[in-house]
Amino acid sequence: MIGVELVKLARRPRNWVSIVLLCALPVTVAIFVAVTHLAPPPGQGPALLSAVLSDGQLFPAAALAIVLPIFLPVAVAVVAGDSIAGEANAGMLRYLLARPVGRTKLLAAKLVALIVYVLLAVVFVAVTSYVTGRLLFGSKPAAVTSTGITTNNVVATSLSGTALTPTDILLRTAGTVAFVTVSMLGVGAIALFLSTMSDSSLGAALGALAALITSGVLVALNSASAVSPYLPTRYWLSWVDFFRQPILWRDIDRGFAIQAIYVLVFLGAAWANFASKDITS
Amino acid sequence: MIVTTQLTKRFGHVLAVDHVDLTVREGDRYGFLGPNGSGKTTLVRMVLGLVYATSGKIEVLGEPVPARIAHVLPQIGSLIESPSAYGHLSGRANLALIDAAGTGPGGGRRGRRARIATALDRVGLSGVDDRAVRKYSLGMRQRLGLAAALLRSPRLLVLDEPTNGLDPQGIREVRDLLAEINAAGTTVFLSSHQLSEVEQLCTRIGVIDRGRLVLQDDLARLRGPTGRVIVRSPDADRAAALLDGRVADRDADRLVVADSDAAGVNALLVSAGLRVTEVTEERRSLEDLVLSVTGSGSDRIDGGSAGRPGRPAEVASRDGAGT
Ligand SMILES: Nc1ncnc2c1ncn2[C@@H]1O[C@H](COP(=O)(O)OP(=O)(O)O)[C@@H](O)[C@H]1O
Ligand SMILES: [Mg+2]
Repeated sequence: MIGVELVKLARRPRNWVSIVLLCALPVTVAIFVAVTHLAPPPGQGPALLSAVLSDGQLFPAAALAIVLPIFLPVAVAVVAGDSIAGEANAGMLRYLLARPVGRTKLLAAKLVALIVYVLLAVVFVAVTSYVTGRLLFGSKPAAVTSTGITTNNVVATSLSGTALTPTDILLRTAGTVAFVTVSMLGVGAIALFLSTMSDSSLGAALGALAALITSGVLVALNSASAVSPYLPTRYWLSWVDFFRQPILWRDIDRGFAIQAIYVLVFLGAAWANFASKDITS
Repeated sequence: MIVTTQLTKRFGHVLAVDHVDLTVREGDRYGFLGPNGSGKTTLVRMVLGLVYATSGKIEVLGEPVPARIAHVLPQIGSLIESPSAYGHLSGRANLALIDAAGTGPGGGRRGRRARIATALDRVGLSGVDDRAVRKYSLGMRQRLGLAAALLRSPRLLVLDEPTNGLDPQGIREVRDLLAEINAAGTTVFLSSHQLSEVEQLCTRIGVIDRGRLVLQDDLARLRGPTGRVIVRSPDADRAAALLDGRVADRDADRLVVADSDAAGVNALLVSAGLRVTEVTEERRSLEDLVLSVTGSGSDRIDGGSAGRPGRPAEVASRDGAGT
């Protein structure tokens, strides 16, 4: 069944279009920055973008920062929201289950397809932006200095002047890819759960996005600081800590943990709902 | 093949299936007849494990459903309400995906092409090209849905309104196909709201009305002789006089004779020198029978009253609130 879901994923043009668009946005940004040499000042705009001018190899990370706030979660929510509701809407859910495909198995296959999609999207963005970065900005050895890698309200705190080797950057970028993927799976799990609740893909995707927007608003709200450590978007940007020297693991770990909890809870809820549901679509 | 015991399904306060005891035997061509909204699809979905019963038991191929549904479904081919397919893929690609999905014997990659070709051939789509299903006509989709149901040569075919959207020619082809499949040993259970379709194909019928099974019997018995004979004769007046007392009804040259022996009546009339155009046994009309046990379809919404007289209160209140 996993094979079937992967074939369906691959044969749906929409999925490829969304990945191409995801890759195109950072490239567009890179072209503007490269032509004007005007990066947003440190602390403003997408994380790491200011550092990219000095080292194109940092661009994959910057590119993920560009697509992370809206583009990527929207794409993931759409795909995940479509997984069960889309089948229901197409009238195929009843035929798949009568085939028979066990309900748990179908959900698991949908989850695998979703993970593959998220990984594809994140890796494609990373690879295309690596190429773009090398072409447009070249690669001087990056230096982790207070002026070099400076991101949103965080200044490279510890070491100054430690050069990051290309291997180092590669590893840290891989860590970023993993972190972003897991964060997106949190979104995906919420949308997948909603997808088992409704026969409307759009409704499920919008529901998940509404949850994210709410979370984003609350994270930014001082008076909601009591709940903010438990919100899904709270640690989304913590992967910038991969680009400190030494790596600041505290928020990264928390980010992984909170996403794991969201994934488990919502997958559990999705399974409980789907397994016991009357299929009347 | 299918046995339900006091099967009931309630959607909120809508009683869709109401204590149904249905029996489909091996080899039957079972016609499940009922007006729109009478609960046919709901029952089919329960048999296939898609909808869970509120109460009652289901046994399919000798196994309890939904408990052992995974063992039962690989032997069933189904068409539920309307055919579906992924619109952006071709018919063959759709069948390949469906064939690859799910467990059970005879589903491997080996032989898939052959299975698909056979199924397409059986439903009259063997020459279909690679156009997307989105561009198919309704009739082609229906055939594709049937092909999907036939992919694994099932022991039992469960078809919900299989001829919806087909033209008369297509309906006839499907009927012949189902008869052929049945002759080869597959039990066919089909639901329909069209009496004529069921009458022409089935050997056994069940009639459902507002969730209740109001009739279930072999078609041959239901359409059995009434014990009367119909005589048509240009000499109807003299015939009526001759058959004196036994004429139950008369309409111009057509006499209904209360006598079960058609040959005897014929001999009597002919020996008296009367001309006889036609002598036949009167048979019960399935249509009258079905209409006599069902009400109007529940998609009909009559205003005002909470129910029609003489109907159980439960059904009446369901009608008032639910439709
Ligand atoms: N998901 C549902 N929720 C509520 N009521 C439903 C649902 N599905 C069917 N019904 C009701 O159950 C009854 C039987 O419907 P159905 O089984 O589709 O009838 P049929 O297939 O004979 O036309 C109808 O009154 C219908 O409105
Ligand atoms: Mg129906």
